[in-house]
Amino acid sequence: MLKAQLQKARSASARSSFVLDVAIEIPSGITIVFGPSGAGKSTLLDCIAGLLKPDGGRIEIGGEALLDVAQRIDVPPAKRKIAYVFQSLALFPHMTVEQNVAYGLADRPAPQRASRVKAMLEAFRVRQLAKRKAHEISGGEQQRVALARSLATSPRVLLLDEPLTALDEGLKKSIMEDLRGWNAAQNIPILYVTHSRAEVDALGERVIVLDQGKIISTGTPHEVLDAPRRSSLAQASGFENLFSGVVTELRESDGVMRVRLVKGACEIETPLGHAAVKTAVRLAIRAGDILLATERPYGLSARNVIAGKIIALEQRGTMFVAQVAADADHAVVFTVHLTLGAKRALELDINQPAWLVIKTHSCHVLED
Amino acid sequence: MDSLILSMRLAACVSAILLLIGMPLAYWLAYWNWRGKFLLEAIVALPLVLPPTVLGFYVLIALGPHGPIGKLSESLFHRGLAFTFGGLVFASVLYSFPFTVQPLIASFETIDRRLLDASALLGASSLRTFAKVILPLSLPGIVTAVVLSFAHTLGEFGVVLMVGGNLPGVTRTASIDIYDHVQSMEYAEANRMALVLLIISFIVLSTVYGVNRRIGRRMWASWAAR
Repeated sequence: MLKAQLQKARSASARSSFVLDVAIEIPSGITIVFGPSGAGKSTLLDCIAGLLKPDGGRIEIGGEALLDVAQRIDVPPAKRKIAYVFQSLALFPHMTVEQNVAYGLADRPAPQRASRVKAMLEAFRVRQLAKRKAHEISGGEQQRVALARSLATSPRVLLLDEPLTALDEGLKKSIMEDLRGWNAAQNIPILYVTHSRAEVDALGERVIVLDQGKIISTGTPHEVLDAPRRSSLAQASGFENLFSGVVTELRESDGVMRVRLVKGACEIETPLGHAAVKTAVRLAIRAGDILLATERPYGLSARNVIAGKIIALEQRGTMFVAQVAADADHAVVFTVHLTLGAKRALELDINQPAWLVIKTHSCHVLED
Repeated sequence: MDSLILSMRLAACVSAILLLIGMPLAYWLAYWNWRGKFLLEAIVALPLVLPPTVLGFYVLIALGPHGPIGKLSESLFHRGLAFTFGGLVFASVLYSFPFTVQPLIASFETIDRRLLDASALLGASSLRTFAKVILPLSLPGIVTAVVLSFAHTLGEFGVVLMVGGNLPGVTRTASIDIYDHVQSMEYAEANRMALVLLIISFIVLSTVYGVNRRIGRRMWASWAAR
């Protein structure tokens, strides 16, 4: 169990300045730290590793204090027995794969060291690369070597700072399976930092959501991210549409309520939240959850059908992004994602009338 | 050829001493941040812009019988340092200081800080990190530093003349020798020595370019051009 309670003010010169102020307890197994860029995720890891000195707080592993600012305890990084895989991996470029993995084992007798290196290279499937230089191998192989190197020393905690961001899904999955396999025996706490929503879904473990230096939510990915309670989190986890509104009516027997958007005349049905009539709320809707029709649709189960006009169309990679204004003065504009095929089939064009269809349960009500 | 051998001896001593002091100083300047650092950086770079006579003059005063270093030498070895080989070494170390320290700082600074963090997190002491990570990765910078300080010392004139004078076999270096020959209208001898220095300088610089080309770093070129 890793326990950390710490405060760290970011220097005013940094791009976003805030105070990192968290208290976390990390059990064995993988815990994801999720948050937008600049939320303080890397700062948190650097503090735990001892590369940054917090202004206050205490960090302990299994009851042993690594840092206690009040008691002036500050174990240097070299003595913390914490493994840390950076986003850049930081493999030693002038050494072979084997030498990289052996680096942390300098204090062990040679035969023991050799067998440990062999075991680690095998566990992470890079045995065949032992004699290659670190810069000569592929990105995925480098990730495996970085994991093998940092875990060779039998650390008490593993910190991972977006190490797999650049890899494709298949590779990512296979590396994570090897890591899980290795940790089944070791059972140490692993903190996995990411800003990618897709990675959180793929890993599916316990999530801590960090924003502006504070923990704003903890739980399973489904609990935390599918019903975000704060708009900054909603933006971070991919809600392109955020609107301010006022609750106009509660239909408790139906489990729904109606929200009138502050601007324009639009009213939207949403799932019943904690809010009472006349309270201000924020609505979050994913652009991919909105259907677009070129004629008024009938016979739908969806409760929200909004008439509007297409005011912008833009291709982004293999996707089209349409902006649809729900009123004449463009006070309410919805962002809708379409596939290239859908755009072609509907023969969409700017200034064309369009109807938006949104299911009640695609509308998320946020606390602000 | 005595003067050339003396110059070589001087350059070798100076490069060795500079490497020993330059390494920790450059490490400190590259990796530590503190308020007054810019002052030290300015002092290190000072010999680049100072006229050799100015530096030579103050070193001469310091080494003289009433100067602090001269007094220290008198009390320790019962002899002064002015117009001796030791005095020449001292002055040359100061004069070539930036030629060692700046390439070292430049090469230390290009090393990814995360490599040093990674080394520490794998349990390495600062000394082990220096030996196993910093040193091998900054080898081209170290070669540059040694070669440049060697070449610079070999070619120095003003400081040597001020501090060492012109004592055959003791302080008469190659560049002083050339000056002497020209003064006495012995152009053939002057030319012979000048040609040797020219060739040595060319070999030295092409060595540095050759080493640096592989890592594409040319930072020292601006100093070498001076």
